[in-house]
Formats: sequence, structure tokens, C-alpha cells
Amino acid sequence: MSNTNGDLKEKPLLDEQPLLQIQNLHVWYELKRFGFGHAGYVRAVDGVTFDLKQGEAMACVGESGCGKSSLMKTILGLNRPTKGDVVFDNTRLTETQGEDLRLYRAKIGYVQQDPFGALPPFMTIQRILEEPLIINGIKDKEDRLQRIHKILEEVKLTPIEEVLPKYPHMLSGGQQQRVVIARAMVMEPKLLVADEPVSMLDASVRVEILRLLRNLQETHDLAVIYITHDLSTVRYFSEYIFVMYAGEVIEIAKMDDLLKEPKHPYTLALLEASSDPNADNALVMREVPRGEPPSLVNPPQGCRFNPRCSHMMPGLCDVKEPPNFVVGPGHRVACWLYDEKTPDAH
Amino acid sequence: MDATNNELLMVRGLRLHFQTRKGVVQAVDGVDFDLGRNEATVVIGESGCGKSSLAKAILRLLPRNINTYDGEVWLRDENIMTLNDESFRKEVRWKKISMVPQAAMNALNPVMRIGDQVAEPAMVHLGLNKKDALAQALRMFEQVGVPADFLHRYAFELSGGMRQRAALAMSLVTLPDLVILDEPTSALDVLTQANIMNLMKRVKKDLDTSFILITHDIATSSELADNVAVMYAGQIVEVSDARRFFREPLHPYSQKLMASVPRLRETVEPDFITGQPPSLLNPPTGCRFAERCPARFDRCDEEPPTVVRGDGRKVKCWLYV
Repeated sequence: MSNTNGDLKEKPLLDEQPLLQIQNLHVWYELKRFGFGHAGYVRAVDGVTFDLKQGEAMACVGESGCGKSSLMKTILGLNRPTKGDVVFDNTRLTETQGEDLRLYRAKIGYVQQDPFGALPPFMTIQRILEEPLIINGIKDKEDRLQRIHKILEEVKLTPIEEVLPKYPHMLSGGQQQRVVIARAMVMEPKLLVADEPVSMLDASVRVEILRLLRNLQETHDLAVIYITHDLSTVRYFSEYIFVMYAGEVIEIAKMDDLLKEPKHPYTLALLEASSDPNADNALVMREVPRGEPPSLVNPPQGCRFNPRCSHMMPGLCDVKEPPNFVVGPGHRVACWLYDEKTPDAH
Repeated sequence: MDATNNELLMVRGLRLHFQTRKGVVQAVDGVDFDLGRNEATVVIGESGCGKSSLAKAILRLLPRNINTYDGEVWLRDENIMTLNDESFRKEVRWKKISMVPQAAMNALNPVMRIGDQVAEPAMVHLGLNKKDALAQALRMFEQVGVPADFLHRYAFELSGGMRQRAALAMSLVTLPDLVILDEPTSALDVLTQANIMNLMKRVKKDLDTSFILITHDIATSSELADNVAVMYAGQIVEVSDARRFFREPLHPYSQKLMASVPRLRETVEPDFITGQPPSLLNPPTGCRFAERCPARFDRCDEEPPTVVRGDGRKVKCWLYV
């Protein structure tokens, strides 16, 4: 299923007309002392740059608190960028307001992590799916119902007539997640943002939901951003992957390249920590970097991973922030180990 | 494995049924399994299969709407099901078996210092004075890798991983023989998960503790497992040593479950299980997995027996009769 990237191989990551362009994006939250008085910033997203083309799936991997949700909320138009640019479908987010912002949001679907929490408990499935259509001005009831039927068929929530009058609690976790996906897709968006769409589901349904998302992506030529901390599910889904740490993108590559040849020490640590079911696991201790992710109010100087990194080079990593080094086609990594001028690089 | 003196826990025919307005929910329905000293058994299964109810049944942490609660639970030479509630509370709970419930890290008391909370079971159940109990808590903090000065902190000052460690320290503070862990890592990040699993491996080695690990995360469960018990619709359908289970599961449900795990290092496409587990209100009379089973045949309409194979693995399936 992951073989659509055959023709992508030759193309660079940057293309003429990407659907979504993120340029040097910063999202900072102001901290206030006693309700007023400035007390610093939480630098949730700090200088993120990437592009996403129509029909492309990209995974964003990182631990909680690394800024991935802030990044997504900004793309969805829920947060205002502090600095930098978000251009989606030729619309510049910073210049969009009011009615235009609503139209902007209608073109992006959002799949939440916890399906039960994301569905209003007192609304029927029909009402839940109708809501976005009503808000976006589709006045004809017949038309609305037709669209709902079409999308429910696509997410395979059948028999439709039985599902429509139900309330969310009457459905299983997997079915609830299908409703969430149907709601995200009912406006026929160009981009789908899926925030840990399967982490609350049982192993037996996870794969089913991932396949569904994959099928939707292929049939609708959707761009998808898949946010997760579980590297093992990423494989089945996206062509590209980027790894975030403490508000920054530290590595970006094609899926296979990243899994085969991870470069950044943090990416290596993530891969090392993910296990496959194997009885031998019980015999070995896994190597985990010491400490915890830094505070985003006062991130460490230089590379933000340097206090936890086993390859730390004193005088460089803790002083100067590493730029992006290109280590292969479409493979960038922000780590001094890959600077040709660094004597210690292997 | 049967009846050696290494045996710590032996569960026979354990049943826990709840009374609801719709009828009787057979959450745990005739469960048998054994656990040796210093061993870890993982109980895996989908949500709603009765894993957590099994833990509650062993520790007798029951809600009020009990319909049936019987069977035998042998801890060493004692059938703890025959104890009355008061002696069960005094003699078994915490002292011999402790538990880290689901989302324990979010259940810490917000207005009590972490150290006091961790020390409390030692004061109540072992009768230690506060000073000794705190010293014991400190030892456990060292065991699970929480810095000593965290004794005086409050829960909100700790990260998720540290709170989970504190919860683990609390379950160990009375030095029980058996710790039951209900989904100990499911809300944590990958690196923290790996850390906690490392930690449990060390605790198991250093303190000679046995573990029952309840989880739906099969990949992570293999980090600790000596034995695997697969639960489906209130029953245990397979018990096996981990080595053979992860290589070649026997029960069709176990096989399907293993095939559904996405893998990082292998290129097999994961599969999913069609259909849904049966309602525990009126479970089917025959094999409970029959409806979703690819290997179903006529006999599956009758309840399958638990077959003990030559290598000691147990499987509840007609295919192996």
C-alpha cells in the first residue's frame, strides 16, 4: 500500500505549488504574572518549516509537550502564529479573518484523538454529521442527507439507517472513530489532520481505521497530516515523516529512509524504545536517554536535545543551535554530528 | 509447571458476574491460571474482555452490584477466597498483593506530599511508625528511580512518568509477593514507557516480586512477560510461556490478535479482526470466539474444553482436542 512513493522518489521535498506551506512558524504563548504583567513565553513551536503537497501523507512524531498539537491547531486556524507564515491553498492564514477564516477552516478536516470525547453525547449521529453542513450553509436538507449517506458509506458505517438515529455512546470505540472521520470528511476537505486517531482504540481495530484513512487519502487525493507518538503505526501510512522535539523539527525524511537510516540521536532513541512483540525483549534493558524533555519557557541553549544526548560535543552543541544539514534526498537533520566541518562526525 | 513449590498464585474457576438492569454481565467467567514466584504473567485482550475485572476479582475490590463471585484463589497454601472481608483486608491486600490501578498516576492525592502517600500503606498495613515508613518509601523511590527530594513534593509538581513511578513505588512499599499492574504504560510517551518497563524488569530482579500485567498493548507486554494469558469475552482462551506464544500463538484469536499488531522492524501487513466481541450479557453457548473465527467448524457450537498440551501450554479450542 505504501508504494505510491515510487514516483515521489526523484522529486525534492519542495515543489512548485504545495497545498500547505509552513515557513519559519513560531507559536508562542504568553505567560502572565497575576493575570497581567509579562512573565515570558512558552515557545511551543519555534521555527518550523515544511511543505505538503496535494495527495501526500505526512506523519509528525514527537512526545507530549513537543509542540505537535500547537502546530496542528495553528494549521487548523485555531491559534494565531506569533511569527512566520502558514499558506494553505493560496490563502495566507495571518491575513485571513472572519468569514474567510471560516471558509479556510472548512477546507481542513480534523480527526481527534479520543472519539468519545470528541462527539457531543446528546446529539444523534445524524445531527453530528449535519452540523458542519448547516454551519457551512448547505440549506437543502435532502442535499445534506445525501452527503451524509455518501460519507457514511465510505467510512463503512452501515447499515446507515440504523446508525443515524443513534447516540455516540451506543457505538463501539471503532465505530465512534468512524463517525469522527466521517464528520471530518463531510465537507470534502483538501487536508485532513489526524491527531493520534488510533491511540485510544484496541489493537484489533487500529489497523482497520488506519486502512480506512489510507483509502480515503487515495480516493480523494487528500493531503493528510498524521500526528502520533507510536512509530510502529506510521509505517503503514505516510510517505514523509518529521520528528519534533521541544518545539522544533529535528529530522525530516521519507518514511523508509528514516526507519532504515535514522540520523538524529533523538530519532534513534525513539526507534530503540519502540518494541515489537518478541519474547527476547524481556531479557534486555532498553537504552533510553536520561532526563525529560526541557521546559519550553527556557529551552536549553544550542541544540535542545544536548542535555540528554550521548553524542553531545561540549562547546558546540550546548552553544550553537544546529542548522538543518542535508544528508540525503529530502532528508534533513538538525544535528551537529552531520556537519562536515565537525571533526567528531563519523 | 503445575503444583511445584515455586507456585505463588493458583486461580481456579474464578467467576465474577455483575447484576445490571439488563441482566447478568459475565465479566469473569471460569478463569484458571497459575503464577510462579518471581514470574510475570501478562493478561492481554481487547477492551471489555474482563481483564480489569479479573484483577478486581483477585484483590476482591468489588462494586456493589455483584451477582456471582466464587471460585478458588490460592495464594501459596491458602485459599484466600475463604477469608472474611476483614481478614482479607488485613492479611492479603497490600501486604501480599498490591495493585497499580489504571491511570494511577492521575489518582494521587493532590494535597498530600508524595512521600507521605507512598509511605501510608506501610504505616497502615505493616504497622511501621512514620519515620520507618518514610525510610521504606525512600528505599522504594531509589528502586524506581525517583530522586529523594521528591518525597516532599506534590503530585502536580511531577511529570507523568515520575508520577507513574511514584504509584509503582507505593505498590512496592509493603514488599508484597505479587503486584497487579493495570495498563501501567498506556497513557505514557514511548521513551517514558521504555523507562518504566526497564524499571519493572529491575524491580522484578531485585525484589523477587511477581507481576500480573494487564494490558492491550501486546508489543510492550513482551518486555516483561514470562507467561501470557489471552482473555476473550470473560474467559482465558490461551495460557502459554512467552517465548512460544510470541513466536507461534495457538488459539485462532491469539493468532488474529498477534497479526493485528503493527510492527516496526518487519514488513508484514497487519491484519484486523472482523466483527465485534460478543456481549457479556448473553454470551454464545459454544465457543465465544466462533462467530469471528476463520477456523470455525461444527463442534464450535459446543463449549470447548481447555486442552493442556505436552509442552504445558493451555488452549481452549476444539482444534487442539
